[in-house]
Amino acid sequence: MIRYLLKQVTSGLITVYFIATATFFAMHAVPGDPLMGGKATTPEIRANLQRKYGLDRPVLEQYTTFLSNMARGDFGISFTQHNRSVNDIIREHFPISAVLGLLAIAVAATGGVMLGSITAIFRNRLPDRAIMVLVIFGVSVPSFVVAALMQLGITELNRLTGLSILPVGGWGEAGHLVLPALALGLSTLAFLTRLMRSSMLEVTGADYIRTARAKGVSPTGIFFGHQLRNAVLPVITVLGPAIAAITTGGFVVEQVFAIPGLGRYFVQAVHQLDYTVIMGLTVFYGAYLVFMVILVDIAYGLIDPRIRVGKAGGSR
Amino acid sequence: MNELKPSDFERAPSRQALHRISRPSLSYWQDAWLRLRRNRQAIFSLGIVMALVFFTLAGPWLWRQDPSTQLLEEASLGPTLGRKAVVVEELDSWSPEFADARATAWDRVQDLRVIGEPTTEGITLQWGPVEGAEGYAIYRTDRKPRGLNRLGLPLAEVKKPGQLSFRDRMNVEPRSYTYTVLPIFKGLEAEVYGRVKVAPRIALKLAAAQRLKAGARVGDTIVLPAHPFGTDSLGRDLLSRIIAGARISLSIGLLAPLLYMLLGVLIGGFAGYSGGRIDLAIVRGIDLVVALPFLLFMILFRIAFGVGPGESGVHAMVVAMVALSWPSSARLVRGQVMQLREAEYVQAARLLGARTGYLLLRHLIPNTMGVILVYLTFAIPSTIFTEAFLSFIGMGVVPPTPSWGSLCNDGIQSFLSHPHEFIFPAIFISVTVLAFNLLGDGLRDALDPKQRGSS
Repeated sequence: MIRYLLKQVTSGLITVYFIATATFFAMHAVPGDPLMGGKATTPEIRANLQRKYGLDRPVLEQYTTFLSNMARGDFGISFTQHNRSVNDIIREHFPISAVLGLLAIAVAATGGVMLGSITAIFRNRLPDRAIMVLVIFGVSVPSFVVAALMQLGITELNRLTGLSILPVGGWGEAGHLVLPALALGLSTLAFLTRLMRSSMLEVTGADYIRTARAKGVSPTGIFFGHQLRNAVLPVITVLGPAIAAITTGGFVVEQVFAIPGLGRYFVQAVHQLDYTVIMGLTVFYGAYLVFMVILVDIAYGLIDPRIRVGKAGGSR
Repeated sequence: MNELKPSDFERAPSRQALHRISRPSLSYWQDAWLRLRRNRQAIFSLGIVMALVFFTLAGPWLWRQDPSTQLLEEASLGPTLGRKAVVVEELDSWSPEFADARATAWDRVQDLRVIGEPTTEGITLQWGPVEGAEGYAIYRTDRKPRGLNRLGLPLAEVKKPGQLSFRDRMNVEPRSYTYTVLPIFKGLEAEVYGRVKVAPRIALKLAAAQRLKAGARVGDTIVLPAHPFGTDSLGRDLLSRIIAGARISLSIGLLAPLLYMLLGVLIGGFAGYSGGRIDLAIVRGIDLVVALPFLLFMILFRIAFGVGPGESGVHAMVVAMVALSWPSSARLVRGQVMQLREAEYVQAARLLGARTGYLLLRHLIPNTMGVILVYLTFAIPSTIFTEAFLSFIGMGVVPPTPSWGSLCNDGIQSFLSHPHEFIFPAIFISVTVLAFNLLGDGLRDALDPKQRGSS
């Protein structure tokens, strides 16, 4: 188990290193340089700014400095916001995105497992058909459309009833979380429902289910003790990529609902060409996603005893 | 055991007749097509996909409105067909009429009427004088007033002595309004009102009218261009913008997957066929690229290619997609090729002296074609999705270049007041993605029956 963990963490670190390197060189391939946007008005100011941001050094030196700063968890200072460090930005805005993302994942995972089980139980009957229509909707409608439609619907509802049932934007109260989490989680929910349905149907035909039935285990016992436990495994394996999808999906949903999360900040930084923030946030997001996937892998190993995690090298 | 007679050694009668193939032989693709044809959902989706392609290619010839012509008079209109407008003067020269001091005055607002043609440029009201009134208050509503309730918008109080007319120029829209005029006595509005109902016509100023139709004169009635999907916030026809956007969205959606599948097939086929160290090196590379967070790097590549904010980097987007997406298709093809490499018929061909290139082109790649085609059908909607996502946050195709994503971005600004500007492009994205997904499901069932029902 320990060896497996070490192996996973090492490969994760290599990926993060690769992400950092790719980010660094991608940003240095940009034509012109970050000081072009009207800040460096005279050669003296330009030289001073270059010194401040270390841009006067050779590229390789900049690269090693960048890597060692990253390794120490220092992402540098923002180019456009006066003396604000990228770490501050992350510290301030990431928790908001993380809360929203985790809530959306929770919605998607629990909803997907529940709806997927229901569709499998009522295969080809009304509940199955109805849920599959919702699934098709969720898979083919982009999250920003879902978000906007929800806003429109709730605004109309608020207007008709004259109450404010749910806020349609902003941040700070629990009510602000409901719509964004649903909009963000819907497509993943649809995907997981589909996966759960097919894996549930596969499990239902398995020999051990027949054996359990022959032994006289009650249908509920079979469902919770055998079917659900086995069918849920494929869902867990795709949770890692699902977290990645939801995290980047947050970029859009945070825009639509005016939530001050890190995703919105990233988009803003790209619009302002704030180089250090873009680099820092890319590496940060990359590391976050890589380690989320590892976490899910480890959880999978713990849940499924059939997988001898020590041996299974390519268990993806 | 048995005694053998000479007759046992005679030639047996030919049984050729029994072996005659009684049904036409079907190739793999014919068989797949038969299976696909039976899938109603897939055929329906295929129809939608073909209709979309037709819409994109023939649209500009069938719907001849220019997607970039702005007509601010017609900004943010809902869907309309064949409305007529009356041409009016460029400058609205109207001055209030004053009553003759000797005119008889009534005890209430009487004879309230509309003077001239009521248009969206302005509606002129005139009424008879009221005994001792120091002024008049004018209200407008687009609903039905009930007595003195729901009078609507207080437009003005006219207080000049003897002024008995008023021109309403405040955001008049082509719907019917009810005006209420109340006399004012000593600063208070009296209940002796007059009321008139007006349905103004759409007005178009002379210059704008002449742009639409040369030689238009004041007083002419001209037919406005139809906008089945309405117009955007600059008065551009949304249908023609969606057609223009379809060209961009669909060409990105088709081109990028085709390119990266091609690259993936070549590299994956090579890796899978060579095996050994080459394979290992390529797989390592693939693993690293697959681990990159896709959307973040799409955005990063866009910046790295020097596409600044506010520029549409369609080419940069396609290049970035190809660079980031080929590894997953290469991985798929590699797996397939590795499986097939050991198949008996490949070994037989190799035994007969077939060369590597021949084996790859004749046996391995054609036999992975089914899987590749299914993957491609799913890659198209996800690419369209990616384009829409990036354009929506302003990092793909940006306005004024229309793509479905950038149209949505444009439309979301005024979504709560004019939902159609957002909803029509959103419908196109959703229907396209849906059609390709269902078609992909059908193709998978038809081409690869083993995988039926999985995922």
